[in-house]
Amino acid sequence: MSNNTSIRRHTITALVDNEPGVLARVVGLISGRGYNIESLNVGTTQDPTISRITMQVPGDDRVLEQVTKQLNKQVDVISVTDLTRESFLNRECILIKIASTRKNRSKIIELTDVFEGKVVSAQNKFMVIQLVGEQQHVADFMELVKPFQILDVSRSGVIAMGKE
Amino acid sequence: MRSGAKCTIDALKDAGVKTLFGLPGGTVLDLFDELARAPLEFFLVRHEQGATHMADGYARATGKPGCCIVTSGPGATNAVTGLATANMDGIPVVCIAGQVPSHMIGNDAFQEADTVGITRAVTKHNYLVKNADDLPRIIAEAFEIATTGRPGPVLVDIPKDVQRQMTSATFSGKPERRGYSPVYEGNSKQIAKLAAAINTSRKPVILAGAGVIAAGASTELITLARKAKIPVTTTLLGLGSFPDTDPLALRMPGMHGSVAANRAISNCDLLISVGARFDDRVTGKVSEFAPNAIIAHIDIDPSAIAKSVRVDIPVIGHAKAILKELIPQVVTQARKEWLAQVHGWQKEAPFTYDTKEPRILAQYAIEQIYEVTKGDAIITTDVGQHQMWAAHFFKYTKPRSFISSGGLGTMGFGLPAAIGAKAGCRDRNVIAISGDGSIQMNFQELVVAVEHDLPIVVVIMNNGYLGMVRQWQEMFYKKEYSAVRLDQNLRARNEKLRDKPPGYLPDFVKMAEAHGAAGLRVTEKREVAPALRKALAMKRPVVIECITKPDDNVYPMVPPGASLSEMVQGLA
Repeated sequence: MSNNTSIRRHTITALVDNEPGVLARVVGLISGRGYNIESLNVGTTQDPTISRITMQVPGDDRVLEQVTKQLNKQVDVISVTDLTRESFLNRECILIKIASTRKNRSKIIELTDVFEGKVVSAQNKFMVIQLVGEQQHVADFMELVKPFQILDVSRSGVIAMGKE
Repeated sequence: MRSGAKCTIDALKDAGVKTLFGLPGGTVLDLFDELARAPLEFFLVRHEQGATHMADGYARATGKPGCCIVTSGPGATNAVTGLATANMDGIPVVCIAGQVPSHMIGNDAFQEADTVGITRAVTKHNYLVKNADDLPRIIAEAFEIATTGRPGPVLVDIPKDVQRQMTSATFSGKPERRGYSPVYEGNSKQIAKLAAAINTSRKPVILAGAGVIAAGASTELITLARKAKIPVTTTLLGLGSFPDTDPLALRMPGMHGSVAANRAISNCDLLISVGARFDDRVTGKVSEFAPNAIIAHIDIDPSAIAKSVRVDIPVIGHAKAILKELIPQVVTQARKEWLAQVHGWQKEAPFTYDTKEPRILAQYAIEQIYEVTKGDAIITTDVGQHQMWAAHFFKYTKPRSFISSGGLGTMGFGLPAAIGAKAGCRDRNVIAISGDGSIQMNFQELVVAVEHDLPIVVVIMNNGYLGMVRQWQEMFYKKEYSAVRLDQNLRARNEKLRDKPPGYLPDFVKMAEAHGAAGLRVTEKREVAPALRKALAMKRPVVIECITKPDDNVYPMVPPGASLSEMVQGLA
């Protein structure tokens, strides 16, 4: 067997029957191998009986190829694609609560503007900012606001779509 | 209008079920009430593991799906090992489980377990039925999924209130699932590529697995092998798919495989796997498996391709359909040189044992079973040394004549599987070959054979040890025999029973008699064949206990993690 396997983050997207138990089955196949799902997003598609699951899993290429095949084998999984192999669009939405004072508020707003985010709530001691963008864009923003003390973060998980 | 319970039983009948194994309980009372009036033969087991193994044995022997029914909670959890066994080996089993009423699910109700959660990883698919209207469709789907593609177990969990719910729903036709469409026809280009590889190969080998049996492709396999003169090695679960008596038969490969099979794999230039999944017990060290060969893999399960070994020519589909298309494209050959080499290995190192040993060896006893039955029997086994010897010393010539837990290696499988096999094949001799360790895991099911007048013969190879574990401790753990002695006489002084002279516990002859069967004990070689003849003539369930040499090993053996070319051979 080839030894040139590599560990990297895989973005896997699956179309599944919108039924109870399907998510558990999909997640179980991955967690059963001791792999951690870093990001997970589930929602219905244009067909309400079909849901799309998008997840990001760091792991060995070969093992994830096997996982993809086994996901495909599940009766309630309609199709599976490992987008890592092709070019694809990815987006993530976050809500981030940042401690703020009268002094630094404008600085935070300035950064938010640069990143095309939006202040969705502002109180005396904190602000909540909404940001949508590519995963890297979101990560960069989070890095930059770190010094202001992040109080809470809620992330949508990455959603993705192949370009072809 | 009919109840969910009636719906379920009707759907089982529609699916062709005639034989059902199970045990009632609180949440399946409605189903059992309907069963009482249904034209189905019901086998009341004594432990739900027995029900799943019986359904499994029935399926392996007949080729039809096996069906069992268990109650919620402990009933379902007891069934888990049997489902996992069937799942690993790709056996079509449908298990109906009761569940607490819908409104109580998640409340830690009496005899509640998250059955679909627990069985998700050990079934091909499972269902929690929430509305009786769905029952006819779901049961039909369950059988469709269990029996098509790579077969496997399907569990249907039915809450008690759903069994009582009235419905007018019916279902007819073929169930369709958009996420489920097994591929049957092989890709013609791939088949042509494989044919070309066979035609140019000088040293080809076929690795035949359970998929050949599942697909009913034995005839095609034999035709291909004989036409193109390709030696065939059959995996444990593929035994019988190619006759062991054929000159092209290399017998079993792998950890306890034959020298000929392992050498042929190590030296071949083309390995054609037909319905075998390259289990680690077959391949040994993967990087040195068939190192000089082009590997072709015919399998109905796309996820089996390249799972453990590299594959050069994958052909996804049904073995029978693919072989049928392949055979006309393959040229007739003599392959004298390669066959001479292979026959040399076969002659040099056949499966063998010390025939001069005065005590009974399991190998000897199994050879006697072969002689007495003239090879015409369904053999079931448990797991361990006796299982490997049953593969070595009985020659299988027909598919569905060797029934064993290969993937999961479930001790306790053999006896209930024999009952299931006999229930499906009343005109066949069914013999369960077991060990003193394995047989104790489901002995209680012997009662079922007695009650239903199923004359199976159980042959216990009693060596006083958990023999295979003892062998590994001898070979790889410096003879530190830890927790493997079953015979009191073999135990250390401080582990022995006080007072009475200890001897062997339990007394299997008395056990057999206590369960309503006959019990025979043989301690001398010359007694073995007469005891077998007597047992087969008795036409009732019989247990034969063979007291065998305690410390024999299964050879050849490829040490774990070693390559197939590193076989340890015993006496030659």
